[in-house]
Amino acid sequence: MMRPRFSSPGSIRQRLILQLLVLVAVLSGGLYLSVRTVADSAVETTQDAILGSATIAIAEELRGGEDGVAIDIPYTAFSMLGATGEDRVFYRILVDGATVTGYEDLPLADQPLGGLSPFFYTREYQSDTVRIAAVERSVIVGSRPVRVEVIVAQTRSAQDAIVAQMANRAAALGLGFFAIAALLSLLTARSVLQPVNNLAEAVGRRGPQDLRPVERPVPSELAPLVAALNQFIARLSGALIRTETFIAEAAHHIRTPLATLRAQAEIALRQSQDEAARAAIRGMIRSVDDSARSVGQLLDHAAVVYRTDQRTDEEIDLAALTRDMVAVFGPAAELRDIGFELRIPDKPVTMTADRLLLESAIRNLLDNAVKYSALEGLISVSLAVEGDQARLTVCDRGRGLSGAKSATLTGRFRRGENVADVIGSGLGLTIVREVAAAHGGDFRLTEREGGGACANLSLPLG
Amino acid sequence: MRFLLVEDNPDLARSVQTRLSLDGHGVDWAASLADAEDHLATASYDLILLDIMLPDGDGRDFLAAHRRAKRDTPVIVMTARSAVSDRVALLDTGADDYITKPFDFTELEARVRAVLRRRMGAAQSLRTYADLTFDPLAATITIAGEARELRNRELRLFEILLAGPDRIFSKGQLCDRLFSAAEAVSDNAIEVYVGRLRKKLEGSTVRIETVRGVGYRLTTP
Repeated sequence: MMRPRFSSPGSIRQRLILQLLVLVAVLSGGLYLSVRTVADSAVETTQDAILGSATIAIAEELRGGEDGVAIDIPYTAFSMLGATGEDRVFYRILVDGATVTGYEDLPLADQPLGGLSPFFYTREYQSDTVRIAAVERSVIVGSRPVRVEVIVAQTRSAQDAIVAQMANRAAALGLGFFAIAALLSLLTARSVLQPVNNLAEAVGRRGPQDLRPVERPVPSELAPLVAALNQFIARLSGALIRTETFIAEAAHHIRTPLATLRAQAEIALRQSQDEAARAAIRGMIRSVDDSARSVGQLLDHAAVVYRTDQRTDEEIDLAALTRDMVAVFGPAAELRDIGFELRIPDKPVTMTADRLLLESAIRNLLDNAVKYSALEGLISVSLAVEGDQARLTVCDRGRGLSGAKSATLTGRFRRGENVADVIGSGLGLTIVREVAAAHGGDFRLTEREGGGACANLSLPLG
Repeated sequence: MRFLLVEDNPDLARSVQTRLSLDGHGVDWAASLADAEDHLATASYDLILLDIMLPDGDGRDFLAAHRRAKRDTPVIVMTARSAVSDRVALLDTGADDYITKPFDFTELEARVRAVLRRRMGAAQSLRTYADLTFDPLAATITIAGEARELRNRELRLFEILLAGPDRIFSKGQLCDRLFSAAEAVSDNAIEVYVGRLRKKLEGSTVRIETVRGVGYRLTTP
C-alpha cells in the first residue's frame, strides 16, 4: 500500500528562503509597531505636559477677592500652546460649578479632579478631537473657600502631524530592515546549501564506471549521507566485481569439464573402428560444442545486458576494430578454408560507443558467417559510411534465410528452420540486435544475391 | 613434439595427454605454476600449453615472467573466456596464440603448427624435399621455379605426409588430423584433398601414392 503524501519535498532552498522571509516580515512588522507605539506615547506625553503647564499657569493666576474671583489669563499660557502650530485652543473656567468665562459647552471631566495635578482626557468638540486638561483649586472669597475649575482644550492637528511623520519613519525603518534581512536570508540560504550543491555536482559529474568513494570534506550534517552513499557505492562495486567474477568463474567451471569430455570423446573416436559408434561419438562431440557455444553466448548476453546499463563510451575506430575482429576469426576460418574479403576504408571510422558491446556484436556476426558459410567459401565484410551512419555488412555464401523474416531470426532463442544440423543457441543475433538498439542503430538480415545471407548492422556515427 | 601442459584439472590434463600421444606427441603435465617452473628448469619443450586459472596464481603472470626471463618457448594459452579484449590482452602479454575451452584437437594441432612455423621464421622454415621447395609459412611449394599456393587443408595434409615420408597413412588417420571431430565427413572426403594436392605437385618427382585398400604415402623416386 502506498503511503499518502502529505507534502511535496520541494526545494530546500525555497523552503529555507520562504521561512526566513516570513520571519523577517514578522520582525519588521514588530519593529514598525513598537517604534510607532513609543513615538505616539512620547508625543502625547510631551503635548500633555505643555497643556498641563498652561492650565496650571491659568489656575495659579486666579485671585480671590471680597466679592468674587479675579481671572487674569496670562499671555504666556497661550504662547506656550500657540507654539505648536495651527491648533485651536479653548478654555472654560467654572466657579462653584458655574461657568464664569470661556466656552460653556467644553466637556467636563467625568471624574473628580485631584487639585493642581492635571487630569487629561480626549473628547470630540466642535467636530474636532481635542485633548483636554482640567485642574481645580480653592480660592478664598470673602473668607469662604470657593472651588474653581480650569479646563483648557487643544485640537490635535500638530500632534497628529508629528505622529504621522514618526509613522512614516517607522515604516521606512521596517521596510529597510526587511530589505536588508531578506538579502541576508538569500545569502545565508545560498551559503548553507553550497556544500550540498557542491556534493551533488561532484557526484553527478562521475562516469558510470567511477565507483571510488566520495572523499571531499563535507559539513558534519552531510557526513551521514556521504557515509551512506559510500557504503552504497562499495556494495554496488562489490556486486559488479562479483558479477564479473561470476561470469569468469562460470565460464571456467563449465568449460573445463566440457573440454575434458570433448578430449575423452575424441580419444574414443580415434580408438573406435565401429562406424556406428564413431557416428554416435561425433554426435556427442557436436553436443559438447553446442553446450560450449550456448554457455558462451548466454554469458555474452548477460554481459551485454549488464553493459547496456553500465555503458562506458569511448572513441572507437570501427574500421580498426572490424579488422582486428576479422583477424581473430582468421585462423578458425582458415582451418575450413574459408576466406575473408574485406572492403574497409583506410581512414578511421570513429564513433562514440562501448567497446565491449561492439566487440560482442561484431564477433557474433562473424561467428555466424563462419558457421553458416559453405566450406571453402568467401565471407565478404564491408564497412561504409553513408551520411551519419556507419554500415557494416557481413555476407556469407551459406544457405540463406529460406524466406524467414529478419525479425523472427533475431528474436531470443529463435533460429531458422533450415539450420537444425548446425550448432547454435539462437542468441547470437539477439546480442547483435540488442547492441544495435543500445547505440541507436539498426540490425537486419537480408538474402544475398546469388545465395547466402547478409547481416546489416547500421550504427549512428558521432 | 614435446609439450608442457600446465593445467590444474587432472581429468582434463590426462585426456589431453592421451589425445596428443595418439598423434605421437610427448606431454609432461604440471598441475601448478611452481610445478611448471620445475619442469622448465630440467627439460626443454617445443611448446607450452598454459591454463589461466591455476591454484597458485594467474597464468598471465607466469606468461609475463616467462617473457621477461627471455625464454622463447612458444606458449598457447587455453582460456575459458571468449571476450575479444581478453584475447588481445593475452597476445599483448606474450602468448603466441590462444584457444578457447573446450577445444578441437585438430584446431589445436593446426595452431601449434602455425605457431612453430611462425617461430622458425621465413628463412628457416624453407624445406627442400627432392626437387621441390616447401615454404610452410607462405603456404607455397615451388617446383622448377614455379610457386604454387596451397590452401589451408592442402598445406596441413602435405605437412602430415611430409612428416613421415614412405609411411602409409590410412584415410581415417588423415581425416582425423584434417577435419574437426564435429564435422561429419566420410573418410572418402580425403580423396578430394589428395586429388588437389596431387595437382599442385604436378611436375615434381614427389608423388602421393595410393596404397590400395590401405591409404596414401608420399614417395620420391
